[in-house]
Amino acid sequence: MIPAKFDYVRADSVDQAIQLLQQSDGEGKIMAGGHSLLPLMKFRVTEPGKIIDISRIAELKGVRIEGNRIIVGALTTHHELATHPIAQELVPVLADAASQIGDIQIRNRGTIGGNIAHGDPVADLPAPALALEAELQIQGDEGQEVMSVDGFILGPLITLLPENSVVTSVSFKIPPSHTKSTYLKFFHHASGYPVVGVAVVAGVDKKGFIDFVRVGITGVGEVSYRASSVEKQLLGQRPTETTIQSAAELAIEDGEMGSDLFASAEYRANICKVYTARALKTVLL
Amino acid sequence: MGIQDVSVGVIVNGKERCAEVEPRTLLVHYLRDGLGLKGTHIGCDTSQCGACTVMLDEAAVKSCTMLAVQADGTEITTVEGLGTIKNLHPIQQGFWEEHGLQCGYCTPGVMVAMVALLKENPNPTDEEIRIGLEGVICRCTGYQFIVNAVKHAAKLMAEQNIEIEEVLS
Amino acid sequence: MVKHVGARLKRKEDPKLLTGNGNFADDIQLPGLLHAAILRSPHAHALIRKINIEKALQAPGVVAIYTGKDLEGKIGRIPSSWLVPDANLKEAPQYPLAIDRARYVGDGIALVIAEGRYAVRDVLDLIEVEYETLPVAVNQKEAMAEHAPLVHDDIENNIALHWKAGEVDDADIDGAEVVVRASFNVQRVAPSAMETRAAIGQYNPGSGELTLWCTSQNPHIHRMVLSEVLNISESKLQIIVPDMGGGFGGKIGVYPDEALIGYAARDLGRPVKWVEERNEHFSASNHGRDEIIDVELAGKSDGTLTAIRVRNTANLGAYLSTMGPGVATIDFGLMITGAYAIPKASCETFGVYTNTTPTDAYRGAGKPESTYQIERAIDLFAKKIGMDPIEIRRKNFAKKEDFPYTNAQGLVYDSGDYEKPLNKALEMIDYKKLREEQANQRKKGKLIGIGISTYVELCGFGPSAVAGAIGFQGGVWENSTVRVHPSGKVNVYTGTSPHGQGHDTTFSQVVADKLGIPMEDIDFVFNDTKAISMGWGTYGSRSVAVGGGAVSMAADRIVDKAKKIAAHELEVSVDEIDFSNGVFQVKGAPSKRRTFKEIAKSANMAWNLPADMEPSLEKQAFFDPSNFVYPFGTHIVIVEVDKDTGEIEIKRYIAVDDVGRVINPLTAEGQVHGGIAQGVGQALWEGIVYNDAGQLLSGSFMDYAMPKARFFPRIETAFTETLSPVNPLGAKGIGETGTTASIPAVMNAVIDALEPYGVKDIEMPLTPEKVWRAIQNGEGN
Repeated sequence: MIPAKFDYVRADSVDQAIQLLQQSDGEGKIMAGGHSLLPLMKFRVTEPGKIIDISRIAELKGVRIEGNRIIVGALTTHHELATHPIAQELVPVLADAASQIGDIQIRNRGTIGGNIAHGDPVADLPAPALALEAELQIQGDEGQEVMSVDGFILGPLITLLPENSVVTSVSFKIPPSHTKSTYLKFFHHASGYPVVGVAVVAGVDKKGFIDFVRVGITGVGEVSYRASSVEKQLLGQRPTETTIQSAAELAIEDGEMGSDLFASAEYRANICKVYTARALKTVLL
Repeated sequence: MGIQDVSVGVIVNGKERCAEVEPRTLLVHYLRDGLGLKGTHIGCDTSQCGACTVMLDEAAVKSCTMLAVQADGTEITTVEGLGTIKNLHPIQQGFWEEHGLQCGYCTPGVMVAMVALLKENPNPTDEEIRIGLEGVICRCTGYQFIVNAVKHAAKLMAEQNIEIEEVLS
Repeated sequence: MVKHVGARLKRKEDPKLLTGNGNFADDIQLPGLLHAAILRSPHAHALIRKINIEKALQAPGVVAIYTGKDLEGKIGRIPSSWLVPDANLKEAPQYPLAIDRARYVGDGIALVIAEGRYAVRDVLDLIEVEYETLPVAVNQKEAMAEHAPLVHDDIENNIALHWKAGEVDDADIDGAEVVVRASFNVQRVAPSAMETRAAIGQYNPGSGELTLWCTSQNPHIHRMVLSEVLNISESKLQIIVPDMGGGFGGKIGVYPDEALIGYAARDLGRPVKWVEERNEHFSASNHGRDEIIDVELAGKSDGTLTAIRVRNTANLGAYLSTMGPGVATIDFGLMITGAYAIPKASCETFGVYTNTTPTDAYRGAGKPESTYQIERAIDLFAKKIGMDPIEIRRKNFAKKEDFPYTNAQGLVYDSGDYEKPLNKALEMIDYKKLREEQANQRKKGKLIGIGISTYVELCGFGPSAVAGAIGFQGGVWENSTVRVHPSGKVNVYTGTSPHGQGHDTTFSQVVADKLGIPMEDIDFVFNDTKAISMGWGTYGSRSVAVGGGAVSMAADRIVDKAKKIAAHELEVSVDEIDFSNGVFQVKGAPSKRRTFKEIAKSANMAWNLPADMEPSLEKQAFFDPSNFVYPFGTHIVIVEVDKDTGEIEIKRYIAVDDVGRVINPLTAEGQVHGGIAQGVGQALWEGIVYNDAGQLLSGSFMDYAMPKARFFPRIETAFTETLSPVNPLGAKGIGETGTTASIPAVMNAVIDALEPYGVKDIEMPLTPEKVWRAIQNGEGN
């Protein structure tokens, strides 16, 4: 499979990338690792006239801490994220989810910015991103803006990303230190994508009541979501088999189940609940 | 619409290579058709099978899901850069001894991916190897002898390292 | 000298493959090489109203564009090579490109030739085709119904063939104490060799010779068929199969594409290369299986089986493939009794045209399907009468003393001792303890299942007279020439066509033992119709049994002649010569000797040969076996099912196979592992899916789930050796046993795990959702 012809230009800065986007009359597409875009181009599902390569822009690299957030440069690869000491220590659920994306070859090229900007409904990262209240730093022709990951993806490959703009970094809120977390994934046998992926960050106060809980769910439908109903139900409860089980029943309340060749909406609803319960138990019991 | 060729400079298996290519040239085609390195294969086109795996700056990547121009300035190792028939790399020796290949089509990519695995984890368990193989598909072997082959290679590499250490001390 | 046969030797063919020095089809470069691409129908069934190539002809680099109409009368039809007799077979014409009507998604519409791999791909987008879509027939049972859309207008009810073998009366079934009735769908799968198909054609206008490098499991069949299709003498058509990345049946077929590339190379006078893309492969390369099997198994309440009646409704796709018609008939229908002495059997097969990719042989071809239905049905029977699945099998096995054993359909099983691998397998797992463990786990709510399959397989087809009688348009003998050079080094030529099996090594082991020379002194030549006089290729696990037989015979003839030369030189009679370890020696006189190397020189120099002896040391043998071979064995699988999600984990897999003489345990185990992976794949993950409009929904590895390493435990293998009497090596086939055995073993294990829910059957592949639903709908839920 071979992509249609396109022009190629390498941007040295974010400003230049935006300028090039502006000049391209809608023909331009940003490429970082290329692992979301290039497969579509090879199928000729998309035929951009110009590829603007941002992969060498130094300002888009690196992982750092700023206040109670971890800032991950858009060009950070999944493998870098999965193995980064800061990520592993402070947001292990993110490192964990990153380590389960695709395979090592893909993790070596795919970037967090590309992954999220692309809006793939079956990506892994939205789950921990939602659980960690992630925000996107976006630079566009009208300056910088910050967008919450929650609500950013509208549908398959459709996002709120404004025209002529670039995701420069993604930030994640560091959860309280007494919390634990996990990312539990049901693999699609062929693609390796999550049929359901559940990220849970939760903790119990000194009296034994749940005082922090975040649940992000991906893969089951066209849009990843935060399972607020589950969180609400659990907050202030003692973590027991029963409380977790009944809360997990609400895992499908805040999202829509999709249906495809591999699994129906009914089945997805089932595994969504089962995996949510298991992830919660791993963390809380 | 005049599309400009782009220049690609890479070091492949230790040799500097420079070329002007169409921007859309996939890395795998540049290696195969441009440089004549036929050991890297295409098996699926959709980055599932890993037959096209090469090492790019020490990391395994799928060369069918990369533009040649994206590799500009990097160092690449293909199967041809692992070892020669007279002087096999431990991974090649392991695949030979343990019958880790049948048709041999996926093998170059699998071996390169496993060299990368062994770099990060020099003594992997069966389970770790099987998970490490997630980015490749082999239709012939049922994977068991590939697992054996990787373990064999790990052992050879450990022995070689000991020898090197002995020489150095 | 250590015997080579039976030794665990690493392969001779590996060093080149390990170092990137293999030579696969796409690796071939020729001066002036053009690239080809084929525009394929996006519709399952449509009239081709108009093809506009104006714009495409303006594209940069374009050299030629051919449509079906352009080629009418210039290339012949692509024929099927298995014209099953007494089946009212109706072969619809298949042209290299569709002329006025496309009949499946992937049907060839236009051939484009251009300068360069990228340029030719761009041209495809510029061809405008006006289609008028037609109603489609996708499922075979629906396609047979009254008023179903016709794939070929003159073929009534889309029935391509209707075949019967054996007689079972209603009374045999209805009058029996116990009857099990079941319907099994052995779903459509894609063989999915990791190398897709490819062809490169080069024509020499001076000599009129056409060379075609292509992916083929049987180059001589390709030559035979394509010489007719392209109207060129076999003596001027050379088929070369370079290194090939797997076949599994998918590269048996002679496809339109190879003919097109040969034609274009000749027409344009320049070499042309075509390499299939993977998504193209999913629609344009033959699929396997797709058979709906209705079975009635009758017997007594003590477990004695008395009759089996089977109907197979097979989806043959839009055209008859090279071997397609034989799969659900001969291959399947004569083996329906499996390893059991069931006195009465009958099979009725309908082969049906549909608007789908043609189906052909796929690893096992008919035998996995026949094994699946009997091994599933016998489990259902055992369940019904409350008997252990092991006991019912033992009770009905064809007995050791009855071999050669004639089954109810008239096939004569060459040799067998079915208890042997069964006992060995039971020993390996400690069956009794395992059942106890299963019961304990069940009490804890865990679903453990134990599945068994005691299979017998038919392979190594022969003799040729039988092949002729069953309508196969070819012989099934094999040929080998051993050529000893003056130095004593040897070339061996044979007509089997290895592409991963390791013939180079196993056959060299045979020759090394015969001639008493080192393996390194032997080089095999395969896969070139100009070098090898004739042969029938590699499929149906025939290579060692039949090809190995020819190799063995030719080597024996070399020894016979060499002995005569040695006797002549040593001035004794031939009877006085002993030959061992490469040395000819006068009995009782160790100093009077000649080495193989010395005789090689004598024979080739011909300075001093016995009177009337022709010079040189070269012998050819043609081996036509007296019967098929029937490998058998026992596979046992232990699974755990997650009752909340339906996910299946294989905990253990035990395979004990009896394939007669094992030439090389290492490569034999490799074959077993690979075969099992493909069978497990069929049971658990793989499946080609069409929607009602005939659109292919599983058209890439993103949707079509190939077996992955992480889903397998370590497979435990063992062999028992019951030699075959029908070939010189005593060997049976091994390529397909793993696939044949594993599909029902896995299914039986999962059904066993779900026993608490009363689940009797689930359709393959066993996706978690299907398993979960079976549990949801099961007893107690």
